[in-house]
Amino acid sequence: MSTRLIDLSHITKSYGDNTVLDDMNLYIRENEFLTLLGPSGCGKTTTLRIIGGFEKPDQGVVLFNGQDITNLPPNKRQLNTVFQKYALFPHMTIAENIAFGLKIRGKTKAYINDKIKYALKLVNLDGFENRMPDSLSGGQQQRVAIARAIVNEPKLLLLDEPLGALDLKLRQDMQYELIRLKNELGITFIYVTHDQEEALTMSDTIVVMNQGYIQQIGTPEKIYNEPENAFVADFIGDSNIIASTMIRDELVEILGARFACVDKGFGTDQPVDVVIRPEDVDLVKPGEGTLDGVVTHLIFKGVHYEMEVTANGFEWLVHSTDMFPVGTKVGIRVDPFDIQIMNKPSSEDEEAVALDA
Amino acid sequence: MHKGTNKKPAETPGIVYFNQTLMTAPYLVWALAFIIIPLLMIFYYGLTDKTGAFTLENVIAITTAQHSKALWLALLLSLISTALCLLLAYPLAMILAKRSVSQQSFIVLIFILPMWMNFLLRTLAWQTLLEKTGVINSVLTFLHLPTLNIINTPAAIILGMVYNFLPFMVLPLYNSLTKIDPNVVNAAYDLGANGTQTFLRVIFPLSIPGVISGITMVFVPALTTFVISNLLGGSKILLIGNVIEQEFTQASNWNLGSGLSIVLMIFIILNMVLTGIFDKNGEGTAL
Repeated sequence: MSTRLIDLSHITKSYGDNTVLDDMNLYIRENEFLTLLGPSGCGKTTTLRIIGGFEKPDQGVVLFNGQDITNLPPNKRQLNTVFQKYALFPHMTIAENIAFGLKIRGKTKAYINDKIKYALKLVNLDGFENRMPDSLSGGQQQRVAIARAIVNEPKLLLLDEPLGALDLKLRQDMQYELIRLKNELGITFIYVTHDQEEALTMSDTIVVMNQGYIQQIGTPEKIYNEPENAFVADFIGDSNIIASTMIRDELVEILGARFACVDKGFGTDQPVDVVIRPEDVDLVKPGEGTLDGVVTHLIFKGVHYEMEVTANGFEWLVHSTDMFPVGTKVGIRVDPFDIQIMNKPSSEDEEAVALDA
Repeated sequence: MHKGTNKKPAETPGIVYFNQTLMTAPYLVWALAFIIIPLLMIFYYGLTDKTGAFTLENVIAITTAQHSKALWLALLLSLISTALCLLLAYPLAMILAKRSVSQQSFIVLIFILPMWMNFLLRTLAWQTLLEKTGVINSVLTFLHLPTLNIINTPAAIILGMVYNFLPFMVLPLYNSLTKIDPNVVNAAYDLGANGTQTFLRVIFPLSIPGVISGITMVFVPALTTFVISNLLGGSKILLIGNVIEQEFTQASNWNLGSGLSIVLMIFIILNMVLTGIFDKNGEGTAL
């Protein structure tokens, strides 16, 4: 069991009437790659800025290695930030940019030069020492920003949507780079993004946030396969979210048809939400499945076909490598362990907390 | 090979081109009538004597004791005023740049407001304020405090210059400070720099275009002024602007006035060259 590096307890932050974070509790373990994931305005960047020291919470405490750093200014914290849109010093060369933190801390010239060389090698930018930031591409600037942060050997690196401005191919390359860097350096990463794919690819732990509340914390697999509520299910990947009734343990009634499932403890005849991922819907011959329906849309997506099947008044989203033309009558079957049962929010208040309004 | 691949792209229709030229005509006429021709006339008068023969005497006249003293005094006072403007304007511009947009426009308005009033009027107001029996001294006497005797001294001229030209320093500074990405400043703090280090290593270097632009915009009008020195310096203190003005209006010696103007122009061009060296991107020059 690794130790906790950052502990956020009861963090509340508002701007005027707008509460961005409400009584948030979160801890980050040493050497963890933790991603704060959510739509814009969910409070993920504010959380990062509070950890970085650029914002003060209205209430609550930030602990770093057990020490209260809530009121410590950013320059006194043992962490570094990679800012959105790089934020390189435009009037300094790449080498001067990287040396900035080291010069402030009075390191020797030889040490600084070694570090610059080492950092540039690490981010695959050997020989860029004397270039100016504006002569570099977005991806290169991003690498410099990372190099500038890691030469200071922080215990914790905060990354605020660092790949947001890059194109798809470069973004995917940089994702692997970041994982490699993290493994080589052995420092803790807190990563902010609204891109669920990025989060699933890189993280050890994902924190899904919405409207200032944490919706779910878990490994990428857990978040994807066992979303705790409709918001998480909807935000991470495509899904069929269907209001259903839990008949008893391991049996759920979806759109009038009874499906076997593996969940227990929801009581009997209770309203629940059911999540079924589109790739978990098996299309079979009519009559052979639990439900019968008709294919209404068909799109070729490369790896798979995306189909919409209308069955019992619901549009099922289906991903399959088998193609069924529009108009085909099909049966729908779902394996018990592919059915994810979630508690339905029992009140309006709870719904506001749990759901994207 | 496709047919017509080496066809030239369609040219801009002549009528549009013609119209664009036509639209610049008023400005060209303006520039010719009020900038180019007067400039040529200055050079003509400055490099000829009263008979119209070529001479450098009018330019060399700057070396006479009276003229060179006026030039050095003008340089000194405008340098001091520029430095004071910079010192006053920088903190102000920083405070301004940190405000929210709605507050910014209000404070900018307060600063621009006096500029809408006539320059002469504002300088005359200072004359009334500073006079030996003026408003300030009346108040000071009433409070049994020592009176202020700065009217008709270089100090009064500097005060007038700073007062009149301060907005020209604030605006380019404010402009260049608001252009700095707040995250670049945050990055400096993040990398361990304290407030002073962040200012010296990041904020100030990034505001240099505004500093240069502000210096130019204060120094040039301060160097050439004659109204401020006339009104606040009495007739005793002569700046180069006053000398030139007197040559034109009182002595009616257009040749000498033009010759001295050419000398003054050299200093202005020198200032602009320096500006060009420091402000390579031309960022700060745009207001």
